[in-house]
Amino acid sequence: MKDTLSEPRMKPPEPTPVPQAATLLNSEEAVQPSMIEVENLDFYYGDAKALHDINIKIPSHQVTAFIGPSGCGKSTLLRCFNRMNDMVDIATIGRGNIRIHGIDIHRPDVDVIALRRQVGMVFQKSNPFPKSIYENITYGLQIQGINDRKKLDEVVEKSLRGAALWDEVKDRLHTSGLGLSGGQQQRLCIARAIAVEPSIILMDEPCSALDPIATSKVEELIQQLKGKYTIVIVTHNMQQAGRCSDQTAFFYLGKLIEFAKTEKIFTNPAQKQTEDYITGRFG
Amino acid sequence: MHAPANPFVHQPSAARAIERVAFGLFRSATYFVLICATFIFGYIFYKGSHTVFQLKPPFINVPFLTQPPETLYVFEEGGKKVEMGDREFRAYKEKNGGKDIPAENYVYCAGGIGPCIVGTVFLVIGSMFIALFIGISSAIYLNEYSKQGRFVHFLRLAILNLAGVPSIVFGLFGMGMFVLFMPFLQNFSNPAVPSLPVGFGYYLNFSGWGVCLLSGWFTLAFMALPVVITASEESLKAVPRGFREGSMALGATKWQAIRTNVLPYALPGMLTSSILGIARVAGETAPIMFTAAYVFRDKLPWQVEHPVDVLFQGVMALPYHIYVVSMKIPQNEYTERVQYGAAFVFLVLVMLIALTSIFLRIKMRNRYRW
Repeated sequence: MKDTLSEPRMKPPEPTPVPQAATLLNSEEAVQPSMIEVENLDFYYGDAKALHDINIKIPSHQVTAFIGPSGCGKSTLLRCFNRMNDMVDIATIGRGNIRIHGIDIHRPDVDVIALRRQVGMVFQKSNPFPKSIYENITYGLQIQGINDRKKLDEVVEKSLRGAALWDEVKDRLHTSGLGLSGGQQQRLCIARAIAVEPSIILMDEPCSALDPIATSKVEELIQQLKGKYTIVIVTHNMQQAGRCSDQTAFFYLGKLIEFAKTEKIFTNPAQKQTEDYITGRFG
Repeated sequence: MHAPANPFVHQPSAARAIERVAFGLFRSATYFVLICATFIFGYIFYKGSHTVFQLKPPFINVPFLTQPPETLYVFEEGGKKVEMGDREFRAYKEKNGGKDIPAENYVYCAGGIGPCIVGTVFLVIGSMFIALFIGISSAIYLNEYSKQGRFVHFLRLAILNLAGVPSIVFGLFGMGMFVLFMPFLQNFSNPAVPSLPVGFGYYLNFSGWGVCLLSGWFTLAFMALPVVITASEESLKAVPRGFREGSMALGATKWQAIRTNVLPYALPGMLTSSILGIARVAGETAPIMFTAAYVFRDKLPWQVEHPVDVLFQGVMALPYHIYVVSMKIPQNEYTERVQYGAAFVFLVLVMLIALTSIFLRIKMRNRYRW
């Protein structure tokens, strides 16, 4: 496991100001500058190659969905973006690079702590800490040494409002986060992620354990969030990808088969495999 | 009407017979253990209660629990047999004009086991802190930081092997390592032993710590380490992965994640299992007989001139005292009283430690749930 402590502490990469897209690009496909760029990425678990030569440019302030059958590498790629795979002993990157805000995240002077503050993550299984709702939200700030009560109170309210949870929990901020329903727990995790003010939020099948009502609430929330954050969502649920994403990437057996605007993928896919998957012929 | 023949009618078969025999065997094995345990506990409690309890108030034999062991004097007085402890006997002689009274004496058969209880408590507490600190730290390293590979596999194997080392070997190791070898930091070079200058006029003099609490603590702690490390690793594994990932995804360092979101939830399990393991080790005689235990010492551990001397003094200890009164002194009708009394008190002491750990577990479990 790479030791996060031993790496030189760097200032977090300054978020590059988003230039007006139209001035830079004429292509209709890329209306926004890309936030995450992956170039020729090969990824291994031990000797098994999990990702084959991935090239993808994820635009900022949009929702990008990763779809594909189980084991196709979509979660693996997502976990590359905040270097969560550093924690997996046998995971190695064979070739290629990942740039976020134009900076290669594996550069030796990149501090993985600063990176993870910029690139928040929401997990498949909602994992609120067994602490109060308030402490869950402030956790990310307190580990940075921010203990100013007023500031924390502000952030808690802002984050919970941001995650559309404030009205439901404002009277019980100091009760355990585990007392919330499944959907509320997942929104609490989203609130916790936005409390540290990331620019990107990665969501790894955030609704797979939720009922349809809770799912629709999280999806609504995703729509609200995309104005402020770049969102990458991994999902098994194709309807969900269709409902809430702007672009969709289809993965199969560790390869990126197709990446295009969501309407295009769902109505007129370029690849036969994409069409087969979307129409339910496999997967 | 004719009822159909019962298709499920009971039929004797070999499988049924074997089943009955197997069941009987398993049950009797379990009962055998139960009977043995009941016999051991019952016998010690029965015999020991004669020493520890008494019929007149306060019903507990307080001097036995507080006094140091004494020599018992038995003599004839007006045709009656009189039993007296050492100090009482000397006072008695004084009163009778200081002339010598012919009496039989039996070493350690009077008085109590006060210093042994105190010494054992000191040994347990000290070794517990050392074992918990080293054990939990290594468990964190093994489970959280180390890269799972051949080297860590080898480390684990070494720790498991440590559990198989006989206690007498630990005792001898402790003597060689701590009693005879460990250095003192002193401002002079001791010519009698290997001496290593460390600068600023100070020397590490490898004169050994001697038979003392510190040597005993480390020896006992090393013995308890396999249990502590294994138990701590299990408790760490029981904390969901999501807690670590969740906090690290928020920008926590690994240690921050462990400290705030793993250790608090693993600690109850760590402490309770470890304390049980240490209670078990505290009952060992072999590791302390060369490193920390004195046969007799009339001073209690806090009766020292200098605070540092607390660490560098030998103590009396219950398991060693039981060994001494059972094996090292001539047996007679008076020794049994001390043997069973000490064994009884020792059992109760270990039980108390175990109960504390169980109580702690219940209390902490209720506090942390997910």
